Amino acid sequence: MTDTAIPPGTAPTEEFAGRSLWADAWRRLMRNRAAMASIVILAAIALASIFAPWLSPHPYDEIYWDQIDAPPNFALGHYFGTDSNGRDLFVRTLYGGRMSLMVGLVATLVSLVIGVAYGATAGFIGGRVDAVMMRFVDVLYSLPFIFFVILLTVMFGRHLVLIFVAIGAISWLDMARIVRGQTISLKRKEFVEAAVAGGVSSFNILRRHIIPNTLGPVVVYVTLTVPQVILTESFISFLGLGVQEPNTSWGVLISEGARSMETTPWALIFPATFLAVTLFCFNFIGDGLRDALDPRDR
Amino acid sequence: MLRYAVKRMLGALPTLFLIITIAFFMMRLAPGGPFDKERNLPAQVEANLNKAYHLDEPLPQQYLRYVGNILQGDFGPSFQYKDFSVTELIWGGFPVSLRLGGLAILFAFGIGVALGTVAALNQNSLTDYLVMGTAMTGITIPNFVMAPLLTLVFGLYLSWLPVGGWGGGGIAHSVLPIVALCLPQVAAIARLTRGSMIEVLRSNFMRTARAKGLPERVTILRHGLKAAMLPVVSYLGPAVASIITGSVIIEQIFGIPGIGRYFVQAALNRDYTLVMGVTIFYGVLIILFNLLVDLLYGLLDPKVRYD
Repeated sequence: MTDTAIPPGTAPTEEFAGRSLWADAWRRLMRNRAAMASIVILAAIALASIFAPWLSPHPYDEIYWDQIDAPPNFALGHYFGTDSNGRDLFVRTLYGGRMSLMVGLVATLVSLVIGVAYGATAGFIGGRVDAVMMRFVDVLYSLPFIFFVILLTVMFGRHLVLIFVAIGAISWLDMARIVRGQTISLKRKEFVEAAVAGGVSSFNILRRHIIPNTLGPVVVYVTLTVPQVILTESFISFLGLGVQEPNTSWGVLISEGARSMETTPWALIFPATFLAVTLFCFNFIGDGLRDALDPRDR
Repeated sequence: MLRYAVKRMLGALPTLFLIITIAFFMMRLAPGGPFDKERNLPAQVEANLNKAYHLDEPLPQQYLRYVGNILQGDFGPSFQYKDFSVTELIWGGFPVSLRLGGLAILFAFGIGVALGTVAALNQNSLTDYLVMGTAMTGITIPNFVMAPLLTLVFGLYLSWLPVGGWGGGGIAHSVLPIVALCLPQVAAIARLTRGSMIEVLRSNFMRTARAKGLPERVTILRHGLKAAMLPVVSYLGPAVASIITGSVIIEQIFGIPGIGRYFVQAALNRDYTLVMGVTIFYGVLIILFNLLVDLLYGLLDPKVRYD
C-alpha cells in the first residue's frame, strides 16, 4: 500500500504498462458487485436529496391542513404520505437525507483532519511525545462519548454547525491510531530517509511524503466513519436533541414516525428504510474498498 | 495477576478524574440552571435555593466540594426528583438496567458465537450467506430503528407481545427491549466469530486434534472455540459500552424504569448532580468491564503474561 504496484527498480516493459495502486484498486472494486451496487444506490439517494425541491411538487415545510396523516397518495404527489402536521413526507425524507449526509460529510472531514494531523505528528516525532499523545488517546477512548455529545448539544443550544463539529471531534481517535501506525512504518522507508538527507523540513516530509502514503487505510476508514457519524446524529436527533424544526433529519423523522406508528406506519417505514439502506451502502463500500486496497489480495 | 489488576485500577484513575472534570464543567457552562421553570421564581427564593445547593459559590470551589463529596461516596441530592439523592436514584434503577443489559449481552454472546461458528463450519454455503446477510442487517440497522419496527410487527400487527411499558419486568415485556438491544451485538459477534473460526479451523493444532482421532464435535467445541474466542472476548468491552449507550434509547422507547432514561431528561432539566452521577456511574462500569475483559483474556490465552 505504500508503493506503487511496480516494485522499485524494475522498469515497466512494453507489454506491462505501469498500473498505479489506485487504478489497480479501482479495477478490483469494479469486480465487487455489492460495492458497485452500493455506490449506485448511494449516488441515487444523494442526488435525490440534493435535487429534492425539483422532484416533488411540495415544499418541505408546507402544511396541508386537509392532508394530515394521509397515507401515500400518488395522485396528489404525496408519494410517502404526510406526517401529523400535514407535511409531505417524501420531500421531508429527502431533506432529512440532505441533513444526514451533510452531517456525515462535515463531521467525517473534521475527524479526518484532526485524526490525520494528530496521528502523523505522534508517529513521526515518536519517543516520549508519541507516548504522551497516544496515552491521551487511550484515556479519551474510555470516556462514554455519546454522553458528552448529548451534554454538548444541550450546552450549545442545538446549534447545527456545532453538532457537526462535536460529532467529528469525537470520531477522530481511531483515525489517529491508524495513521500513527502507518506513519511509524513509513518513517523507516528509504524515500523518507532520502528526504531527510536532502534537508526537507519535518513539516514538508509529513505533508509531501508521509500523509499521501497513508491514504489507503484512511480512505477505507473514512467510508466506515461516515455511517457511524450519520448514526450518531440520528441517535441525538431521535432523542430530540439534534436538528430542530422545520429542518429535519432521518433521526428526527424516525423519532416522529415511531411515536405515531400505530396509526401512520409509513411515517416510520420510509425514513427508516432510507437510513438503513444508506448505512448498508456505506458499510458495503467500506468493506469493498478494504478488499480492493489490501495488497495481500493481489 | 492481582498486581496487574491493581495496576490497571490505578491506571483508570486519571480517566475517571477526566470524566468527572469534563462532565462537571460542561454541565455548569451550559446556559440555564436547575431552577429555571416557565414561571420565574422570586429572586429571594432563588437565592436561597442556590445557597442551599451551594450554587452561589465560585465554580472552582463547587468543583472541589463535589469531588470531595464523591470521594466520600456522596453524589448529592437530585434537583429534579426532590427528596431523592442521586445515589438512591441510581441504585433504584440499576437492577432493572442490569437485568436488561446483562441478559442482552448474554444472549448476544451466546447466539452470536453459535451463529458465527455455524457459518464458519459451512463456509460459502447458503447457511453462511444467510447468517452473514442477517448479521449485516443487524449491524447496519440501529436499535432505535429496530425497536419501533419490532414493536410494530410483533406488538401491533401480530399482537404477540405488549407494545411498551415494563409491566413489573415480566418476561413478555422484556422480550422486545432485550432483542432490540442485543441484535446489533449478536450481529457483530457472529461476524467476528466466523472470521476467527475460519482461521482456527485451518490451524495446525486442529489438524493434530483430528489426527489423534477426536470426534469433530469435540475438536471444534473444546479446541476450536477456545482459540476462536480471543477476538470475541476483546470485543466484549466495546459491546458492553454500546449496550449501555443503547439502553438510554431503549429504556426511553419502552418506558423502562432503569438508569438510562434519567440521563436525557436530567441533561435537559439541568439536573447537574443526576447527570454527573449517571455519567460517572457508566464511566466506572465501562472501565471495570474493560479490566474484566483483559483478565479474562489472560485466562483464555496462555501466551498473555501480566507484568
